[in-house]
Amino acid sequence: MSTQTTHPATEAAAPRLTRRQRARLSLGVQYALGIAVIGLLAFMTDWATFSAAFLRFDILERMLPRVILIGLVNTIIYAALAFIFAFVVGLLLAVMRLSSVAAYRWFAGAYVEFFRGVPALVVLFMVAYGIPNAFPGFQFPGDKYGMVMVGLGITAAAYMAETFRAGIQAVPKGQLEAARTLGMSHTRTMATIVIPQAFRVVIPPLTNEMILLVKDSSLVYVLGVTAAQYELTKFAQDFLNRSVNATPLIVAALCYLAITLPLSGLVRRLEARYAKAR
Amino acid sequence: MPTQPIPAPGSHAISIRNLKKSFGSNEVLKDISLEIEPGEVVCIIGPSGSGKSTLLRCVNLLEVPTSGTVLVGPDEVTHPDADLDRIRRRIGMVFQSFNLFPHLTVLENLTVAQIKVLKRRKEDAIATARLNLHRVGMSHKEDAYPGQLSGGQQQRVAIARSLSMEPQLMLFDEPTSALDPELVGEVLAVMKSLANEGMTMVIVTHEMAFAREVADRVVFMDGGYIVEQGLALEVIGNPQEERTQSFLHRVLNPMVIDAAEVIEAEELSTA
Ligand SMILES: Nc1ncnc2c1ncn2[C@@H]1O[C@H](COP(=O)(O)OP(=O)(O)OP(=O)(O)O)[C@@H](O)[C@H]1O
Ligand SMILES: [Mg+2]
Repeated sequence: MSTQTTHPATEAAAPRLTRRQRARLSLGVQYALGIAVIGLLAFMTDWATFSAAFLRFDILERMLPRVILIGLVNTIIYAALAFIFAFVVGLLLAVMRLSSVAAYRWFAGAYVEFFRGVPALVVLFMVAYGIPNAFPGFQFPGDKYGMVMVGLGITAAAYMAETFRAGIQAVPKGQLEAARTLGMSHTRTMATIVIPQAFRVVIPPLTNEMILLVKDSSLVYVLGVTAAQYELTKFAQDFLNRSVNATPLIVAALCYLAITLPLSGLVRRLEARYAKAR
Repeated sequence: MPTQPIPAPGSHAISIRNLKKSFGSNEVLKDISLEIEPGEVVCIIGPSGSGKSTLLRCVNLLEVPTSGTVLVGPDEVTHPDADLDRIRRRIGMVFQSFNLFPHLTVLENLTVAQIKVLKRRKEDAIATARLNLHRVGMSHKEDAYPGQLSGGQQQRVAIARSLSMEPQLMLFDEPTSALDPELVGEVLAVMKSLANEGMTMVIVTHEMAFAREVADRVVFMDGGYIVEQGLALEVIGNPQEERTQSFLHRVLNPMVIDAAEVIEAEELSTA
């Protein structure tokens, strides 16, 4: 990419251009090429066909408002439920992983390694079909919603456990010692001193975890959901089958971005704020 | 106050007997015995790595001794069944790096353990906290966060935090070593007034002038042993042991560099 090089041979080959001039020339060439490619594509594209394939407003009109009220809302609900499950279990696993009891450490370590290494889809299947078979008569509370909460949450918990662990370990040892010196028990120290400080560190990675869960919620369709339980991807797919047009996918993509972009913005803001507070 | 047991008459504030501590194969404390009386101010001095911090941390069991016994008042800290959380409440500790809780305000730093550990009512905890902030001259900063304070202010708040637990004795591990020189005085002044109020204090320090003025007794440690101890004026003013003499010579005359030491240092750095 760059023509900036300190190699003596090339230095000698172009003796009349300074390094900065060559860098500018290279940049100019890259821009020119880019504009040419875009221009060519624009010229070759039949815009009527293109928009007919990706942006048909009549289809958009038919999707509204249910794409929001059902698709978007269910996506948020699935992701939020899984996040809550993963948050609680992940925090518990992180504390276990740092425990002085070897059995806890071993269990938490095995959990993390197992569920990080297995695809989320497989875990979701195992929960949805394995648990009802293994425990006949067991019903997930909230039916599909409970199933998704556990099925997606189990995998996310493994990742969050590692995030929490890193956050807890980022709290200086002196904090722990000061709290113990004041007579706080280990549990009390964790709850009032260490974990609140760890949260500052883990909020950005946790938000990223939330974004991943929003996208993972697209796996839920494999459970055979009813129309009222559709999330964005299944909802769009349904329309895709009927309209044979990509517009529903674009609409779904925009809806996903409507959730994830604000979350990314939040991460950036929080990172900037904690960077200053340090 | 009523929760604190009255020490048995004649018992020492701290009694350390045949204390040994190893980190792996590195024996840091080699048979230390030391007794500290109620109301006494003892300064521990000695070269870096001599085990001063480790000794202090064995008193409240932040480090678990390899062998030997430590008694604080009538309680044996080193007993396997000792209720450490209960014993530690009565032992204040001030660290070189302050260790204030950065997510809590100054006032909350002082009340959190009173409320959670001593189960004091919030109003009572705040009253005690304000009293102790006043003692260290930090009343005007009760709503600040530690990050907004200077090092000297943070250390004074840390002292007030310990005092709020109404400890029977206080341990200080180089409380002024992390401070800019112009901030050392304000912290030493607070410690001096504490000493004058009769607090039992064990202080690891490199501030010889402070030790000479405030300490009842000075203990010199080197290589994991107590080499020499006695009245502050005698140990600092007229040390008997050669190791104490050469240590004090180096500390009190930092500009006078021994030619032999320079050669030794160069050999170490090139090795
Ligand atoms: N947690 C630990 N693990 C292993 N070694 C340790 C640990 N703490 C201290 N040591 C070792 O014990 C020895 C004595 O350390 P200590 O901190 O007690 O010395 P000190 O007299 O306080 O020195 P300084 O004046 O530098 O603070 C050092 O060699 C140190 O490396
Ligand atoms: Mg030390």
